[in-house]
Amino acid sequence: MPIELKMPALSPTMEEGTLAKWLVKEGDTVKSGDLLAEIETDKATMEFEAIDEGVVSQILVAEGTDNVKVGTVIAVIAGEGEDASSAKAAPAPAPAPAAEAKAETPAPAPAAAPAPTPAPAPAAAPTASGDRIKASPLAKRLAAEQGIDLKTLTGTGPGGRIVKADLEGAAAGAVAPAAVAPAAAAPAAAPTAAPAPAAAGAIPDFGIPHEDEKLSGMRKTIARRLSQSMQESPHIYLTVDIRLDALLKLRGELNASLESRGVKLSVNDMLIKALAVALERVPACNVSFGGDVMRKYSRADISVAVSIPGGLITPIIVDAGSKSMSKISTEMSELAAKAKEGKLQPSEYQGGTASISNMGMMGIKQFTAVINPPQAMIMAIGAGEKRPYVVDDALAIATVMSATGSFDHRAIDGADGALLMKTFKELVESPLGLVA
Amino acid sequence: MADTNYDLIVLGSGPGGYVAAIRAAQLGLKTAIVERENLGGICLNWGCIPTKALLRSAEIYHYMQHAGDYGLIAQQISADIDAVVKRSRGVAKQLSQGVAFLMKKHKITVHMGEGRLTAPGKLEVKGEKGTETLTAKNIIVATGARARDLPFAPADGKRIWTYRHALVPPEMPKKLLVIGSGAIGIEFASFYKDMGCDVTVVEMLDRLVPVEDADVSAFLEKALKKQGMTIFTGAGVEELKATATGVTAKIKTKDGKTESAQFSHAIVAIGIVPNTENIGLEALGVKTTKGHIDTDAMCRTNVPGIWAIGDVTAPPWLAHKAMHESVISVEAIAGNHPHAMDPRNIPGCTYCRPQIASVGLTEAKAKELGYEVKAGTFPFIGNGKAIALGEAEGFTKTVFDAKTGELLGAHMIGAEVTELIQGYTIGKTAELVEDDFIGTVFPHPTLSETMHEGVLAAFGRPLHI
Repeated sequence: MPIELKMPALSPTMEEGTLAKWLVKEGDTVKSGDLLAEIETDKATMEFEAIDEGVVSQILVAEGTDNVKVGTVIAVIAGEGEDASSAKAAPAPAPAPAAEAKAETPAPAPAAAPAPTPAPAPAAAPTASGDRIKASPLAKRLAAEQGIDLKTLTGTGPGGRIVKADLEGAAAGAVAPAAVAPAAAAPAAAPTAAPAPAAAGAIPDFGIPHEDEKLSGMRKTIARRLSQSMQESPHIYLTVDIRLDALLKLRGELNASLESRGVKLSVNDMLIKALAVALERVPACNVSFGGDVMRKYSRADISVAVSIPGGLITPIIVDAGSKSMSKISTEMSELAAKAKEGKLQPSEYQGGTASISNMGMMGIKQFTAVINPPQAMIMAIGAGEKRPYVVDDALAIATVMSATGSFDHRAIDGADGALLMKTFKELVESPLGLVA
Repeated sequence: MADTNYDLIVLGSGPGGYVAAIRAAQLGLKTAIVERENLGGICLNWGCIPTKALLRSAEIYHYMQHAGDYGLIAQQISADIDAVVKRSRGVAKQLSQGVAFLMKKHKITVHMGEGRLTAPGKLEVKGEKGTETLTAKNIIVATGARARDLPFAPADGKRIWTYRHALVPPEMPKKLLVIGSGAIGIEFASFYKDMGCDVTVVEMLDRLVPVEDADVSAFLEKALKKQGMTIFTGAGVEELKATATGVTAKIKTKDGKTESAQFSHAIVAIGIVPNTENIGLEALGVKTTKGHIDTDAMCRTNVPGIWAIGDVTAPPWLAHKAMHESVISVEAIAGNHPHAMDPRNIPGCTYCRPQIASVGLTEAKAKELGYEVKAGTFPFIGNGKAIALGEAEGFTKTVFDAKTGELLGAHMIGAEVTELIQGYTIGKTAELVEDDFIGTVFPHPTLSETMHEGVLAAFGRPLHI
């Protein structure tokens, strides 16, 4: 049977895209993994790979066509042994490029951004003209209960209606977007459930012994949010080396005096405080990008990546800039303990204005983290280690760590990002400012 | 020589086949249909439709006998079985001719004869005028099924009947044994009972109409016994012998005893056998399970270019399932994107008296699948229209998922419920939740109000009981 190639959904929110360029032509033989086309969304240009083998018998949507709806048949591949010329296409549903709809359709709504507990997804479908979401009453109810945004789903019911099966991610024949493996280890997940919109159905089987384990809700959330972040937010990475000797000395002194209160500050507790203070001093980095608005936060709530069995979660130190480090330390141990027991309340992990992820204890020298949307920055902390270091124009030994900030470049300019990194470095290297 | 190359060939012209051909023609495919006997298949000629015609006669006869209940006088009432059958055949003929007209209207070529797949894309038709070979890129197998015989007592058409003989009885049976209480068995039992025959039903499983909700089975058994039928459940017919004057049956009852009984005739309604023989499936390697062709959600078989729909495939074996599959398969062939059918959204109707209609899961099945269930039943005695009709026997039951408000199943028994079940079917297909049913205004006075009350009952708030 001829195989129809459909416009893929390259991001959870993608509804249409531009067929920027064909990388094959009619008559070409393709095999799984070959690049077929470049597809442009409003966020990025992505490559579209073949999943099936065969001969491209027909190209139905020409290069440069705008507003091709997800699911539209764009080409036909004749299967093995089939006559390519006879494998004609379907009377394909017209792409219906509604130009005015594009102009009106707002980019992903910023609405659900920072509120610690996101309001249940609105049950009523029509949010704006030309923006109707078709979903069954049962699907709407389940989505609201599970906190799933219907806009992130592809409907498989009549006329693209979202039905119950779409929420279960079990719909047979659903349009499967190309798999995007979350690359960097980074915090992200707020397990608000929500299955990743139909993960790539077919991992090619090369006969390697394996076992397929069904994804947990948390894994799906991680996959969805990290993919979304990498696809939608252009990341820039800024790295600084920071000398830790002063901070370690202060930590020793503080811990000596806090011992009687049963508090023991970690380096991380101090870095949380430093990041919060730095964000307060460089408010241009304490923001969320919301399509047509920029949300500027007047408080720094730090999401802290905590690794837990089966994934990770990011409990939040609310208003870390105003809290003493001992308070941060106490809260952090409580939150981490709850996180490991899986007892965090949604209000304790949903929200945050920026994140911090520390892999220093694993000896990681330096890494880049994926931004936790809708936040616009995350600080990745490497290991503090003794390094040859130039102090007062002489080579000396110092304890140094590398910190790398990832910034959403839509929201944060390089210079502002650099200023934040500089401020953070100064706060850590002259840590009395953290105590004041 | 005529051009025998088509875009699509449909093998079999039952409700699955002829609808497939019409839909294909609508989509611009050059289409042929192959039929060995009557256009319209079993449904129109020997199934759904002629039985409904018979049952209508029985129903009116029943009303005439109960005219006094309505203040009317009807005297010297009697039935002419030959005339009743003649009317039924006339209805079947009219509809079969209707199918011929539809084929013509859509420019579908009809080939009368026995079809056989000889290679992928090739079908040989042996007709009265000789053998011709048709070719098409896609072929839909819609050959249907036939009655299953008792292995030890094949139907002879004289004393031992299948549905086919029961539709054109050589004479009116006096004492009838019906073996099997599925839809076919129970409809004939009901028909012959209302026509004045003494009827005994033997069901192997522990209740009548075993696919229905247990409450429906219990209600039906009570109603039929009240009408004077003899019912054996959990029982089997171990021996069936035709004699010159009737049949002798040995029935093993629930308590293990064997009873010998005499009947004038027996109807065997113990299931169906798919028509998969001699049509070339084996040679092409088409996969089957228990004789029925395996298909995917778009009705594709494992052999490219060969599709299958209806009774020749997996259950439920219902005409409307075949019709829906025909549209799905043809749209898939034409390259459209039909959405698969959910078996739980296929309603089932049995036209006995009282009628039975249902869609979705029974209460027991829902619980077995792990649902937290909210179920409720509303009796027809609480419905004004039912009482005015003199048909206060029946109920409407709904089964909901307590967690999500999804309608899991609806089960109805009583007057005209076969015409009502579509309301629940639409709601279930559209995935309405309990609030939608509760918030719907049902017209008064109608039997459909029991559908509203049936939902209210599931949530502990029926109004009229």
